Amino acid sequence: MTKSGKNHIQTEGLKAPVIRIGAVQWIKSNLFNGVFNSILTLVTLFFLYKIIPPFARWAFIDSLWFSSAEQCRAGAGACWSIIPANIRFIIFGFYPHELHWRPFVAMIMLVGLLFYSKNRDHWSQSLGYIWIAGLLTMGILMRGGLFGLTPVESDQWGGLPLTLMLSFFGMFAAYPLGVLLALGRRSKMPAVKTICILYIELIRGVPLISLLFMSAVLFPLFFPEGLTVNKIIRAQAAIIMFTAAYIAEVVRGGLQAITRGQYEAAESLGLNYVQKMRLIILPQALKIVIPPTVGILISAFKDTSLVVIIALYDVLKTTRSVLANPSWMGFSPEAYLFVALIYFVCCFSMSNYSRRLEKELHT
Amino acid sequence: MKLLKLWLLVMAVVVALSGAAFAGPTLDNVKAKGFVQVGVNGELFGFGKPDEKGVWRGLDVDTARAIAAAVFGDANKIKFIPLTAVQRFTALQSGEVDVLCRNATQTLGRDTELGLDFAQVNYYDGQGFLIPKKLKITKAKQLDGATVCVLPGTTTELNVADYFRENKMKMKPVVIESNAELAKAFFAGRCDVLTSDASQLAGTRAVAPKPDDYIILPDIISKEPLAPAVRHGDKQWKDIVNYAVLAMIEAEDLGINSKNVDEQLKSATPAVQRFLGVTPGNGKALGLDEKWAYNIVKQVGNYGEIFERSVGKNTPLKLERGLNALWKNGGLMYSPPFR
Amino acid sequence: MKKGNPDILTEQTAQRAAWFNDPKIRAILYQIAVLGIVGLLGYYLFNNTVENLKRQSIATGFGFLNKEASFEIGESLIPYSAADKYIKALLVGALNTIKVAFVGIVLTIILGTFLGIARLSKNWLVSQLAAVYIEVMQDIPILLQLFFWYSFFYDILPSPREALEPLNGVFMSNRGLVFAVPEWHPAYQYVAMAFIAGCIAVYFMRRWARKRQERTGQLFPVFTLSLAIMIGLPLTTWLLSGAPLKMSVPELVGFNFKGGLNMSPEFGALLIGLVLYTAAFVAEIVRAGIQAIGKGQVEAAMAIGLKPGQVLSLVILPQALRVIIPPLTSQMLNLTKNSSLAVAIGFPDFVSVASTTINQTGQAIEGISLIMVVYLCFSLLTSLFMNWYNKKMALVER
Repeated sequence: MTKSGKNHIQTEGLKAPVIRIGAVQWIKSNLFNGVFNSILTLVTLFFLYKIIPPFARWAFIDSLWFSSAEQCRAGAGACWSIIPANIRFIIFGFYPHELHWRPFVAMIMLVGLLFYSKNRDHWSQSLGYIWIAGLLTMGILMRGGLFGLTPVESDQWGGLPLTLMLSFFGMFAAYPLGVLLALGRRSKMPAVKTICILYIELIRGVPLISLLFMSAVLFPLFFPEGLTVNKIIRAQAAIIMFTAAYIAEVVRGGLQAITRGQYEAAESLGLNYVQKMRLIILPQALKIVIPPTVGILISAFKDTSLVVIIALYDVLKTTRSVLANPSWMGFSPEAYLFVALIYFVCCFSMSNYSRRLEKELHT
Repeated sequence: MKLLKLWLLVMAVVVALSGAAFAGPTLDNVKAKGFVQVGVNGELFGFGKPDEKGVWRGLDVDTARAIAAAVFGDANKIKFIPLTAVQRFTALQSGEVDVLCRNATQTLGRDTELGLDFAQVNYYDGQGFLIPKKLKITKAKQLDGATVCVLPGTTTELNVADYFRENKMKMKPVVIESNAELAKAFFAGRCDVLTSDASQLAGTRAVAPKPDDYIILPDIISKEPLAPAVRHGDKQWKDIVNYAVLAMIEAEDLGINSKNVDEQLKSATPAVQRFLGVTPGNGKALGLDEKWAYNIVKQVGNYGEIFERSVGKNTPLKLERGLNALWKNGGLMYSPPFR
Repeated sequence: MKKGNPDILTEQTAQRAAWFNDPKIRAILYQIAVLGIVGLLGYYLFNNTVENLKRQSIATGFGFLNKEASFEIGESLIPYSAADKYIKALLVGALNTIKVAFVGIVLTIILGTFLGIARLSKNWLVSQLAAVYIEVMQDIPILLQLFFWYSFFYDILPSPREALEPLNGVFMSNRGLVFAVPEWHPAYQYVAMAFIAGCIAVYFMRRWARKRQERTGQLFPVFTLSLAIMIGLPLTTWLLSGAPLKMSVPELVGFNFKGGLNMSPEFGALLIGLVLYTAAFVAEIVRAGIQAIGKGQVEAAMAIGLKPGQVLSLVILPQALRVIIPPLTSQMLNLTKNSSLAVAIGFPDFVSVASTTINQTGQAIEGISLIMVVYLCFSLLTSLFMNWYNKKMALVER
């Protein structure tokens, strides 16, 4: 345990003498240094040999990519055909078929915005405006009703745009709430503090699905007679409530990391509470917590899949309804692997980015 | 600060866009919205399920269309909201849907404690068992020890527990909260027997990879009157839903269907004249247009038509009319006079 | 606060300023305002709910708990039938949640530790494989993984009649995993008692050994002896009681397997999904915990002549655990909360039974409150444990 631990602690300052290592030498020092490691390598290789060739055979060699379900049943390999045959339903759900370009454009916009925001040189106040404008445009594209676009009711939204909307909009709306909650939790006023603590701990103590159940089943009972709010918006509200509590905890960590001196310096300048927080504390605290905030974004993104349980057609539910279609029944590994790939690509790029950011911000 | 203000602005716009709606009694509410919101199954072939093109089809769906036709004179002014078994009653209670056409069984408890009102039954059903032929079982009594696939939170779940208890047999339930998933588990062999309303079993069997490998046992273990439901306390809306269903039955009784309805307008029979609003009165009584019944028949059809189109002989379900035949033909479908 | 003349003391400024500028009074006003808003909002929602319930004459209250549940539950740790009351059905659900959480936590810690160590392995291949595993599992939603494993059980495995038998007495089919277990014999009772007695003896022995070491500096072979007592005592009891060795081997009777221990596909899928998913997070925690210990610590420990085993148990573990335990507890809590996804694959956990109850009784408010209260209890217990642990650690820190 310890020996392997030591391996990863790098000695800084001292540079190792440059030695040209050949492939054989590399293999020797990384895979066969010692009896135990050699055995480990051989056992691992054996397992890989047992798993990878049959999997590759199933997934690539024997697989069918553009066939009918009947041909798939006859074949021995994976039936990837289930994806191209149903791709539009999986991605867009019940969104009217001829209007699919609109969510498509909205998604492209989102990806574009994300790529633009990746570069920290672009971070500024105006980026905030760009995001707000972008999100509004996406909303209009999805919903229509303005500028001559045919209105599409939000209960026809589904698939990937729904997943993205629930997570990004959830994050966008939950962030300020989370900051407020964190400030409240750090407040010296007992009533405010208690309420914030109660809220944060209550939400963090229960599973998201109980909040989603609540949104689906109880929220309507909370509203006065006759007022109804769309199911998607209610689920969105539950996700915002949930995410805000987690953001609050992350931000609190940031607030705690700011040294007392900063608070005192701000106070000695005669700044009031709002000024102190806005100009001195929050800019520093929020910067520290950027990496864990991205972490929250990742888990919010994964957690949106739970809306399946209250029968919203996000990308996982559309996939499942394709799988329930009798002709495509039984090809669930292929379909689930495809959805897993979507999630993986999104989450992996986010977590990769957050790791890079962490490095940049620390140095 | 500016950012925060903008944030608030965006949130306000979004809330405005999100379509929260206020209204009073259901009929006014529905008219103000311009469409009827209907809770449907979404996964049940023959009752409520979108086809490959996303068009909703089924007996419950057509029942809902009849309501829209009666209220607006346009069967398409309707919005379908697929609901799971767990959500269906709360969605109705909370006003998320105006009417529930989701193969819900009328029971005393639901009629009272759940705050629902059931309208005219649109399908008389009974619970049965679907099993793979290879198990070589012919009677439900031979099911001792079986693993049973059943939808949770349904009367079906209670009935099957009762049945096994009554016959001193043991069962192992597998509960999955979706018709489609449940069927999938059954076909994959997760359970020995699938229990549900007989009509649903026919639907499930029809979509089986190999329908001939499965049989429906002859035993029917319960009564399942499936009816549209509305919120308790709104008499006018309940009447409308009730008579929309009855109008389809009455139309069949009177021999009026979507093809001959225009000729029937000229009919000299007083009952037909009253029914189609040629002699006014019925519409006013319900608070609807006098043409309401005409619109239902013209745009949706009579009960026989929707039955045949959704679950009848030429559909994969191949159901007989049975209990759902007109009273004249030995069934239970009977409408009070429209006068 | 208004800007005062810098020479004047703050107290005087406060006196001269209007009363509504006094920070103390302001704080009180703010709090009253916040309490008022929260209270009004709460009252408004409560009022609406009561109105809605009354208007639609929906039943309220927890009276339904004493009604007959009349639905069956697939698996249960305690005897249950449809004739029992709702409260018992809910208890069955809660026990099922505890069961899956307990087994899941044990397996997750084992797998997670293993993966964390593998990630730090000097062996490039092993370390890279662990890294890939950790990254992939963390990036795929747990619900998707659960669906995948559930479909694996019933789409890929054969029916009971053609069950796979990878090991003698172990059957895999779409009805789950069935394996042989020793048949119940009264002797096992004594074996269990012997084991507990052994544990107690070991506890006291360790205390004595430590005290003796502090007093005299002499070492006592605690580990070897503990192992001997904990294994030896039950083993002797078992041998003395005639070594009962009858196995209950599963057999195909009628529809299904009889005998042996059955793990249903729902339970299996839930367990596999939760363990594989959470283990990836635990691995990261373990890795961070081990890496947090400086190289100097180990070298120092070796320098004062500790043996490798002692280095591990006296230097590395106490420090690593202090880093590992807090995030680990929160992962265990996450696992428990995630087990509520059982409802999606039909395992009768608490949420699933409660949602059936909601549906049969129509009493959603009560049902959802029950769900929340039960999970809050789990969380509360966990944080109590955490506080206790932190206090204990703080003492060790002197």
